[in-house]
Amino acid sequence: MKFLCVRCDEPMAFEKAEGPEEGSLAVTFACARCGARFALLTNPWETQLVRTLGVRIGGRRVPPEPMELVRGTLVQQRDPEPAPADVRAAAPVWTAEASQRLERVPEFVRPMARQAIERYATEQGYREITVRVVDEARARYMP
Amino acid sequence: MAGLGNGKETKMKRYREIVGDGGSAVLAQVQEQRARVESRLARVRHVVAVASGKGGVGKSVVVANLAASLTQQGRRVGVLDGDLNGPAIARMLGVGHQTLRVERDHAAPAIGPLGIKVVSMALLLPRDDTPVIWEAPTQDDAYVWRGTMEASAAREFLADVEWGELDYLFIDLPPGAERLPHLAGLLAGRVRGAVVTIPSQVSRMIVAKAVVLARTAGIDMFGEVENMAGYVCPRCGAVGDLFPGDDAEAAATSLGLPSLGTIPFDPRIALCADRGDPFIAVYPDTAAAEAFAAVASRLDALLEACG
Repeated sequence: MKFLCVRCDEPMAFEKAEGPEEGSLAVTFACARCGARFALLTNPWETQLVRTLGVRIGGRRVPPEPMELVRGTLVQQRDPEPAPADVRAAAPVWTAEASQRLERVPEFVRPMARQAIERYATEQGYREITVRVVDEARARYMP
Repeated sequence: MAGLGNGKETKMKRYREIVGDGGSAVLAQVQEQRARVESRLARVRHVVAVASGKGGVGKSVVVANLAASLTQQGRRVGVLDGDLNGPAIARMLGVGHQTLRVERDHAAPAIGPLGIKVVSMALLLPRDDTPVIWEAPTQDDAYVWRGTMEASAAREFLADVEWGELDYLFIDLPPGAERLPHLAGLLAGRVRGAVVTIPSQVSRMIVAKAVVLARTAGIDMFGEVENMAGYVCPRCGAVGDLFPGDDAEAAATSLGLPSLGTIPFDPRIALCADRGDPFIAVYPDTAAAEAFAAVASRLDALLEACG
């Protein structure tokens, strides 16, 4: 799908994607020449179709996690295999505020978000995941 | 300038005149997905998709026992259960209790008897009776996206599982033929196909559709296995007819395929499958086990000759 600014006859560029909220994505495009902007609002079926393709509107900034789509979408799943004791001991601890912040992430992407934030925290050497660490990770993965 | 209302309107740009898609690079993302599949299967010598057309012909049991036979013959074998909604291979190969292990950059297959590597949706589902339900804003009109989701899930299994060095990766397809074109698109030139039938006109009629569709999609179909070809008497070991029908060679010829062989019906095959034991390892001296070994040898010879 491509968008054209009819006034300028110029292709419009992706600006940002928000959601999904209540099954709808809001994707904003802008014309680089005249600055006109418009938002594409998807209905739940369109949102789901995009999701099932395993692609990201606006492009991917980080490679997908292994089995990202299946694990993020399968409603009933086995608990993952417990991590080895040494790995678990080294895993950063979530503060209550940071956990509450994570609860605001849509449920179907929450496991991936948790994993990405924990990985970021581990890479940075943080032992505790605070709201600040969540914001840092968000800036890294979703600038 | 296309312009509107200025009296000098010209034809606006069309889709193919615009380079890129405004920043999402969806095509590049899809190409990247395919590149991941290709890279992940680089150390797999033969990818074999096994289809059946109709359900109930014992395809998964045949795949499980061919995998075991080839392993016994010194080949390194993996099985991907392509039947997402009715996964049976994990149970048949005794790994149903294992969980798919997901590491930082790959998923690791379960290791079954004889060292067979197994990946199945069953390794993700909490119970045997749990159906596959995908989270969605609405389950209404799921037919719009469910097929796409299943195709993407199959692609993700192929792209993310680290099989290591394998001589054979079997993909046990669900009944029907609809997954074949998708596999051809993902594994262009890498996947070959075989079909499993029983000596029934209806089974052969339906499997013929799968063969034609696979060929249309560019999959090299290389053989047919006829399952339930006769019944082995548990008392005397004699093999009698189970279904009336043509001989297997004639049936395979009608499909334009070489016959890889026939497998007689033996109720102990089903018992072993229920227990998760490879039949050919538990009852190696039976007619059915010898038939599985012969089919495995023929398959191996044919594909080794293909290179």
